[in-house]
Amino acid sequence: MNPSTEHSCGSAAHLSRRTLLKWGALGGMTWLTPLARTLARAEEKAPRGKPAKAVILLWMAGGPSQLETFDPHPGKSIAHGAKSIKTAQSGVLVGEGLDQIASLMNDITLVRSVVSKEADHERAVYNVKTGYRPNPTVIHPSIGAVICHQLPEDPLDIPRHISILPENWPARGGYLGAQYDAFQVYDPQGPIQDVVAQVDSKRLDQRMSNLAVVEKAFAVGRPSNLESNRTLHQLSMTRALKIMSSAQLAAFDVKQAPASQRAAYGDTPFGRSCLAALRLIETGVRCVEVTLSGWDTHVNNHKQQQRNIQILDPAFAALLRDLKQRNLLDSTVVLCGGEFGRTPKLNPLEGRDHWPYGFSVAIAGGGFRAGHVKGATDPEGEKKEPTDPVRVEDLHATIQHSLGINPEKELITPVGRPLTLSDGRILRDLLRVGSRG
Amino acid sequence: MNSRLKLMIVGTLTLGITAWGLVRLLPPEPFAPPQSLEAILTSRPEIQKMTQEIDLGFAQVWKQQNLTPAPRAPDLTVARRLSLALAGTIPSVEEIRAFEKVEPSQRLDWWLAHLLEDRRTSDYLAERLARISVGVEDGPFILYRRHRLVSWLSDQLYANRPYDEIVRELVSAEGIWTSKPEVNFITVTVDPNNEEKGPDEQKLAARVSRAFLGVRLDCVQCHDDLFGKRWKQTDFHQLAAFFAPAEMSLTGLRDNPKLDYQFRYLRRDDSETIAPQVPFQRELLPQSGPPRERLGQWITHPENRAFARTTVNRLWALLFNRPLHKPIDDIPLEGPFPPGMELLADDLIAHHFDLQRLIRIIASTRVFQLDSRSADPTHPIAAQAETHLAAYPLTRLRPEQMAGSILQSSTLRTLDAESHVLVRLMRFAQQKDFVKRFGGVGEDEFDEFSGTLPQRLILMNGKLVHERTKEDLALNASTRIGKLAPNPSVAVESAYLATLTRRPTSAEAAHFKAQYRKLGIQSSSSFMEDLFWTLINSTEYSWNH
Repeated sequence: MNPSTEHSCGSAAHLSRRTLLKWGALGGMTWLTPLARTLARAEEKAPRGKPAKAVILLWMAGGPSQLETFDPHPGKSIAHGAKSIKTAQSGVLVGEGLDQIASLMNDITLVRSVVSKEADHERAVYNVKTGYRPNPTVIHPSIGAVICHQLPEDPLDIPRHISILPENWPARGGYLGAQYDAFQVYDPQGPIQDVVAQVDSKRLDQRMSNLAVVEKAFAVGRPSNLESNRTLHQLSMTRALKIMSSAQLAAFDVKQAPASQRAAYGDTPFGRSCLAALRLIETGVRCVEVTLSGWDTHVNNHKQQQRNIQILDPAFAALLRDLKQRNLLDSTVVLCGGEFGRTPKLNPLEGRDHWPYGFSVAIAGGGFRAGHVKGATDPEGEKKEPTDPVRVEDLHATIQHSLGINPEKELITPVGRPLTLSDGRILRDLLRVGSRG
Repeated sequence: MNSRLKLMIVGTLTLGITAWGLVRLLPPEPFAPPQSLEAILTSRPEIQKMTQEIDLGFAQVWKQQNLTPAPRAPDLTVARRLSLALAGTIPSVEEIRAFEKVEPSQRLDWWLAHLLEDRRTSDYLAERLARISVGVEDGPFILYRRHRLVSWLSDQLYANRPYDEIVRELVSAEGIWTSKPEVNFITVTVDPNNEEKGPDEQKLAARVSRAFLGVRLDCVQCHDDLFGKRWKQTDFHQLAAFFAPAEMSLTGLRDNPKLDYQFRYLRRDDSETIAPQVPFQRELLPQSGPPRERLGQWITHPENRAFARTTVNRLWALLFNRPLHKPIDDIPLEGPFPPGMELLADDLIAHHFDLQRLIRIIASTRVFQLDSRSADPTHPIAAQAETHLAAYPLTRLRPEQMAGSILQSSTLRTLDAESHVLVRLMRFAQQKDFVKRFGGVGEDEFDEFSGTLPQRLILMNGKLVHERTKEDLALNASTRIGKLAPNPSVAVESAYLATLTRRPTSAEAAHFKAQYRKLGIQSSSSFMEDLFWTLINSTEYSWNH
């Protein structure tokens, strides 16, 4: 699909001709000033009923155990001794170690009955990130790419779709094009990759003026609109230089945050990345994926789950608290989950294996019904099918809806086949009464 | 790559280079002439006859469209195109020097023979063909070994095995996926959650129809063709039924005649057993034999021209970076066909699906060798000219071509199968890392996109470009050229050859020579680093032209 003929997102990672022309033409306009950005962002601090504007996906790579996180069955044989704790929501328990999250349960929606048909990591990641099962004829876009493609443009120097600590399969643009792929960055403790010139400004200037000479030679005999119509070379250079010198890069630099705030997220790569995600959302980024890996606990499940829970709990909780405090939680959907859950039975190595038949995700913000728990798995672990099952695609449709995107909208894929943004149905019981829709 | 391994590699290489004595700008030993050159030169008149006919077809279109074709591209430009298409990288300085020593009238033949005898070519083409036949997914972990399939394909291509035989083996393979690599074409479709079910007939039907027949039969998977009215839902599922007997057993993939294909058609109440049948030219389907073997025979039957046309279209796309007929996997059975397609399909069938011959014919056409720019700057190439191939179309390099080219640019010698194992190891790791960050291309390989912003940032500031252009006498061409070139002219020219496969224009040469003089000899390393950075970051570098 040619993105320039579609509703374009204006992502910094998205070099549609139209967008870049706008950038080129309007590079110095006042709406790029920090004040204008703040005003624009304030406008988005949505009162109830307005669609959300952004998504943070806390990606639990490897498949967290629902039994040790959001769907414990204490005292039952399938718990295998795992303990649980009470939460702010009466009658709702979560796994031991999620103390801070437990205190925020009134802000969280738990879905304990997500079902899929994919138990292989790669296929399941694809399935949960895109809402579609892998198909040899088309690559579907991840939720962040869909959001960038569908939501209107806004001015931003830095990319609008970002993956921090990406694992093997970061969010992709799929048939929407590589320009919708998530921009990948690593632990924000260090400098952000690829945005810092390797030479001083004098040499960079020299390189740019050298480039003009080579570009001139290449242009001879070629159409005058080659640059504007095809290669976008100069425009992409301009945008790259803009990013390289952008004050918005400070969003990645969590060292600028107060020490107390940093401490609240935890001194871990994931904690720092969640803090960066907050700062990026504040700056105007539309989708941030933050990965916490290490959940694939085929061996020694309890110990490994607990280790990750210790990392997740402060970071997730601090993120929710800060979003709420900044009045950004209503306009930001935060989803915490992985590609599948884990088996009710422990294997001989005291691990839990892959389990796509009833796993949990935690969702907060963006018009989702806070304090609500949907679905239930069998406490004895005998029955595969959970009560009130939620298909992965239904989650996608519901998130899209909460962002004001119609999941039934059809796009024409490069193979000429129309595809809806999501095959799922909107789960209205997951949404707040009076929220969009 | 971990730093210790890297240190070890760098150390070993440095020692190795020291042992060689001197770091040389150019290797003294000449390239051995390609073994197949003589045979190629002998068959040249026959190939020329074919290319003339193909070119005539294009010339007629240009006349109708009132288009003036671009002039012939310089030899080095054509060599660059071929190297990118076949080996997935640009030519090395070493290769360019050897190429230029060949008598001009034989250069293209020499170059093609050189590339087709190079293991890089079969490896690269195997990867491109694997994307068509099994996609890019890793597939079920236990039952699928993609790299085995790719190296098997590479072996077949290296031996120039007829393509119809390769496809028949893929479709009808039996055995264990590790010892019979072609079996992976089937096992990639096994659902890892339901291995007992065996390979997925529907995925296989979709793959076969698109990859080998140029028909999008999977579009009628759920209902009859609502627009074209050509295909019925039954066509798709009857094709899928050929794969129903395939099952996984202790001895690997095998056919179990007891298994049949059940499906409930739209608006029917019950599932029914569906007998295998092909969607067209049913008279070509053998009456007896195992179902997948019958299907393989039918797909590759010399009278099933859909297979030959699809093969022509795919190979054309590899060389031009856009297919002859678009979309690549939706070629009408009755035409109309673009110029060249029927002639090439005829020749392919007549010469037993010889892919190397097909590549030679396409590469020898005038239309392939046209420049991508006009000789007259006051009348530049029009968009229409590219559409009708009156000029070679500009397309972006694919991520792996970019990575391969950056690595090749940074060394003067050819990074081929003969390269030291440590060089290859390092190259592999750097290429993989770069492609991952740059964004790998999936199966929809010929979508025309401009570059993305992360890609631009990676080229400007990324690790690979920095590491392969910075001062490093042991590894980097930029430093070696800077230290060893006798004068700035040679240094600038060598840098241009190593990156853009051409010499600088007089204006470019003057600009860089002036800069070199201004900076002085003591800054030659940083000058060369900046020069390489500039050339790698140019439009010309990232676009096939």
